Amino acid sequence: MDPIRVITQNCVGCKLCVKSCPFEAIALTGPLVQGRTDRNTAVIDLGKCTLCGACVEACKRYNAIVITRRTFKGQDLSQYSGIAVFAEHRGGKVASVVPEIIGAARELAKQRSCTVSAVLVGKNARALTDELLSYGVDEVWMIDNTDIGDFDEDVQADLVTEILLEKKPEVFLGGGTVIGRSLLPRVAARILTGLTADCTELSIDPETQLLKQTRPAFGGNIMATILCQNHRPQMATVRHKVMTPAEKVASPQGKVVELSHIKVPKSKLQFLEFVEEKTATVNLVEADVIVSGGRGIKDPKNFDIIEKLALATGGAVGASRAAVDAGWIPYSHQVGQTGKTVKPTVYIACGISGAIQHLAGMKGSDMIIAINSDPNAPIFDVAHYGIVGDLFQVVPELIRRLETPG
Amino acid sequence: MAVLGQNAYHTETVKIAVKRRPHVNYFLTEEQTMIRDLAAQIAREKIAPRAAELDESGEFPWDVVETMGKSDLYRVFIPSEYEGLGGGCFEMCLAVEELSKACGGIALCYAASALGTIPIILFGSDEQKRKYLPRLASAEIIAAFGLTEPNAGSDAAGIKTTARADGDYYVINGTKQWITNGGEASIYTVIALTDPTRGVRGSSAILVEKGTPGFEFGKKENKMGIRASATRELIFQDCRVPKSNLLGKEGMGFLVAMRTLDQSRPGVAAQAVGIAQGALDKAIEYSRERQQFGKTISSFQGVQFLLADMATQVEAARALTYAAARAIDGGEKDVSRMSAMAKVFASDTAMKVTTDAVQVFGGYGYMKEYPVEKMMRDAKITQIYEGTNQIQREVIALNLIKESVRGAARAASGGNGSATAKK
Amino acid sequence: MKVFVCIKQVPDTTNVRINPETNTLVREGVQSIINPFDVYALEEGVRLKEKYGGTVTVITMGPPQASDALREAIALGADNAYLVSDRAFAGADTLATAYALACTVRKLGGADVILMGRQAIDGDTGQVGPGVAENLGISHITDIRKIEEIADSRIVVERLLEDGYARLATRLPVVLTVVKEINTPRLPSLKGKLAAKKAEIPILKASDVEADVERLGLNGSPTQVMKIFTPTRPSGGKKFTGEPAATVGALLEELTSAGISIRKSGK
Repeated sequence: MDPIRVITQNCVGCKLCVKSCPFEAIALTGPLVQGRTDRNTAVIDLGKCTLCGACVEACKRYNAIVITRRTFKGQDLSQYSGIAVFAEHRGGKVASVVPEIIGAARELAKQRSCTVSAVLVGKNARALTDELLSYGVDEVWMIDNTDIGDFDEDVQADLVTEILLEKKPEVFLGGGTVIGRSLLPRVAARILTGLTADCTELSIDPETQLLKQTRPAFGGNIMATILCQNHRPQMATVRHKVMTPAEKVASPQGKVVELSHIKVPKSKLQFLEFVEEKTATVNLVEADVIVSGGRGIKDPKNFDIIEKLALATGGAVGASRAAVDAGWIPYSHQVGQTGKTVKPTVYIACGISGAIQHLAGMKGSDMIIAINSDPNAPIFDVAHYGIVGDLFQVVPELIRRLETPG
Repeated sequence: MAVLGQNAYHTETVKIAVKRRPHVNYFLTEEQTMIRDLAAQIAREKIAPRAAELDESGEFPWDVVETMGKSDLYRVFIPSEYEGLGGGCFEMCLAVEELSKACGGIALCYAASALGTIPIILFGSDEQKRKYLPRLASAEIIAAFGLTEPNAGSDAAGIKTTARADGDYYVINGTKQWITNGGEASIYTVIALTDPTRGVRGSSAILVEKGTPGFEFGKKENKMGIRASATRELIFQDCRVPKSNLLGKEGMGFLVAMRTLDQSRPGVAAQAVGIAQGALDKAIEYSRERQQFGKTISSFQGVQFLLADMATQVEAARALTYAAARAIDGGEKDVSRMSAMAKVFASDTAMKVTTDAVQVFGGYGYMKEYPVEKMMRDAKITQIYEGTNQIQREVIALNLIKESVRGAARAASGGNGSATAKK
Repeated sequence: MKVFVCIKQVPDTTNVRINPETNTLVREGVQSIINPFDVYALEEGVRLKEKYGGTVTVITMGPPQASDALREAIALGADNAYLVSDRAFAGADTLATAYALACTVRKLGGADVILMGRQAIDGDTGQVGPGVAENLGISHITDIRKIEEIADSRIVVERLLEDGYARLATRLPVVLTVVKEINTPRLPSLKGKLAAKKAEIPILKASDVEADVERLGLNGSPTQVMKIFTPTRPSGGKKFTGEPAATVGALLEELTSAGISIRKSGK
C-alpha cells in the first residue's frame, strides 16, 4: 500500500492541501468530488511527495489524506526515562558545547520531571566529573580507562551504546561538533533509533510527552519539527552557541556511577598525532559569516576591530573598495563589483556606505547587518538589521557581547 | 528532493533547464551542446576569475591550457583516428566563442593551437599525423603557425624566409613575426621558400619543433590586447630540419597556408563574436544597476537603442560565423567568400560593440578595474590578424566579381555551362 | 583497490527561496546537482584509482532522475554506477538510507574504501556515512581533509577538527566522509561525458539488494517530520538607534528570537 493516500470520499476539493504542499506534489486531478461537477479531488504525485505531512495537517477538517506509517518495532517505551547528555571531551577538557546541552537537558528534565545524566567515557575521565556535576547533572555514568583514547571513536561508540542500553534514558543529547556528528550517528545506527542533527530548539510536547526536535533545512529557508515516536532513546545533536549553558549550582548534589563492569574493547583506530592550527584564513567566498570594513574605518590600524569581530563570529574579513584602495587591506579581501562576490549567511558591513558597486558583490547574503553613523547611508536600504552609530563604539560592544557567554 | 528533517530519499525531480542561452537556438546536437556547455563552464570557473590578472601580467596561462586539455577541448577538431573527437570547424567555433566571452586572450591560446594543428590535419602524412596529433589532442603540446614576416603581412607572397635543401635536410633562414603561441608551442608550421626563384609557387610548409638548433625566439611582444596570449618572433639561423618534416609537397606552401586560413578564419570570427557577447552581457547588467536622474540608465531610450543595435549585430555576426563554419564542414568547395565575410563582419562588430560597451559604462568603463576596456583592447586585433579586414574586403569583392563574370559567361554560352553553341 | 562513492542528487539550495506569499519553495530555476561535498569525494576516489589502480563505482539512492547525477559522476571519472531506486525507499530518514546503501555495497561485493561527502547540502546531517559503516560493521572516520597513504591495507588520514587536524590510521575497509579541503575537483571531460551518455546504469530494487523491507523507507525511519514552517525572517530594514550598549543588545535579542546566532560556532 502506498504510504500516503487521498480518501476520495472525504475530499471536497477545497485546495487547502495543494496550498500547503511545499513541493507542489498535489493537484486536483482526481475523480469528481461527490455530488459536484465543477471540482475534482486531490491526487498526490508520489514522485514529488516527501511524506512531510503538511497536507495531512491542512486537511484536519476533512481527514481526507492519510499517511500510513508502520515503523519497524522499537523499544519498550515504558522502560525508558531520564535525559542523558554526551559529555564530549578532548585533551583533558570538557567540550564547550557540553554545558549548553546540559542546560537544554535540565529544561527538558523539568518538563518531564526526571533526572539528567551525563555519559562520560575516556582516559582519566574522573578528573572531569566535578565540572559536570557543577552544572547540575544528577548522575555521571562514567567509564574511566586508559584504553579509551580521545580519538578512539569506535571504542567510545561501543561504550556509549552499552551505557545507553543499560541505563535506558529516554533522551540522549550530544554536541553538533565534529566528534558528536560522527559518534552519535554510529550509536543511533547500532541501537536502531532516531537521531536529529543540529537542533535549534528542543522541547517536550505537553500532549504526547515526546521530544520535539526543531531544526533548519534548505539552508535555513524552512524549519522542521521532528519526532521519534517509537524508538528510544530519542537522540539529537545541538550546535555550539545555540542553547543557553546551564548555570552552575552552588552545591552539586549529583553522584558518579562508575560502570567498570562494561568491557573496554581495543580500538581499530590508531592515533598518530594532533596538529593544532590557528583558524586558517577562512576562505572569503566560502565563509558563512563575513565582517567587512569600509571607508568609515578611517585608518589602517582600525581594521583590527574588524578582524576581532570576524574572529568572534568565526567569519572572514571583507572590505569595500574604498578600504582596499586606501591600502588598509589587501585586494584579496575586496567584496564588490570589482572584488569578490560573496553569499554568506551573515554579512556585517561596518562603515560601508553601500555604494551599488559594493552591493553587487554582497547583496545575495542571507542576512545583512549594517553599522554606520549615517542614518541615510544606502546600505540601510538593503540591510535586514542596522545600527546607526559610531562603529568604533558599536563594534567593540558587539565583540564584547559575543565573547562573553550567555 | 526535499529533505525536510531528514527524509533523505525523495529527491525532487525538478530539473529546470535554467535558460542561460539568451540568443537564437541553433538546434545543436547533443554532442555540440556538450562541447559548448563544457567550454562555457571552463570559461566561467577557470578563465573569468583570472582574466584581469593575466591581462595585467601577460603571463601564459599554462594551468588553464592544462584544464582545457584535460577536459578534451583540444581534442574537438582532431580526427578520431588520431585520438580526436572528430569534430569540425563548427565545433571548434562553439568552443572558441564560449571561451572568448570570458577572455579573448586566453581563448586564443586554444584557437591559435587549432590554427597550427590544421595544416597537419589537412596536409600531413599518416606518419606525421601519428607523431603529433595525439599529443596535440591531449594538449600535452600546443601548436603554432608561422607565415607573417616583418615585411610580409598582407602581402604574404612577399615572404623571404628560405628553406634550402641540403641532403636529407632543409636549412631554414629567416624571421617570422607576431606568431601567436610563439615560444610556448612545441610544433610550428613554417611557410618558407624552398625555391626562391619561383616566388610564391616556390614556398613549402615545413614542421619545425621547438628546441631544434638554430631555431630561437624573439622577445615576447608587449601588446595592446589579448595579452594573456604569447606573441613572439621566430628566428631561424641555419636551422636544419629533416626533409620528412615537409607537409605535402614542395611548392605547396601557399596552398597549405590559404587552405589553413580558410578553415581557421571562422575561429577568429567566433572569437570576435565571443568578445562582443561578453561585452554586451556586461553592458546590459551594468545598465540595470547604474542609476542617474532617479532611474536606471537602462530606462533611457538612448541606452536602450544602443543595446538593441549591439545585440542585433552580435546575432548577425554569429549567424555568419556558423554559416561559414557549416559550409566548411559540409565540404563546400569555395568557402573563401563566406569565411571572409564572417571574419570581417564579426571583427568589425566586436570593435563597435566593445566600444559601445565602454560607453554604456561611462567613466567606469574607461577604468581598468572594470572589465570592458580590456574587451575593447582585445577586440581590435580581430580586425587585423589572419588577414586584415581590408584584405578580407578585397577577397569578397574579387570573389563577387569573379562570380559575376562566370555567370555572364554561362549566360553567353547558352545557359547551364553546356557546350552547346548559341542558337 | 575497490572504491565506492555514495552520492546524492540534491537541489541547489543556495538558490532555494521561499515564496513569502504562499510559503512554498520557489523551484523556478533551481537545478538538481550532485551534492557538492560528494563531488570532492568522487574526485578523491578517482585520484585513489589513478594512484593505486582499481575501480571507482558510484551509487546513489533516489528516484529515477537521480541517474542524471550518476552520469555526471561518470563524466567526472567514475567507472560504473548503480541507481538504487524503489518505491519502498520512499520517506527514508538517514537510518533507513544508511541501511539501504550498506545493503547495496554488501550486495555489490564490498569495497576497500567507501567515500562520501561530509554532509548533503539539503539535509546537512552528516549521518549517513557513520550509519553505512555501522551497518557494514567497518571503521569510519569523518571530516577527512587528506588521505596520506594506503599501504598493505593500512590507511593513514588527516581528519579536520575545529582547532586543527588529527592524523589517524586504520585498516581497510573503511568509510571516509570528506571535507572540501581535501582536493580541487576536476572538470568533466568530453570523453567522460560521451561515456556517461552511453553508460548503462543498472537500477537496483529493494529485493535486488536483499534489504529487509521493514527497515526501508518510511517504515524503516524512526524519525518523522511532524511539522514544517517558515522561520520568522527579518522583513528588511530594522534600524536601531541609540547608545551602543542598547542597540547592540537589541540587535542580538532580535537575532536570537529569529533563531540566528552570529556567535562563532563549531563546524
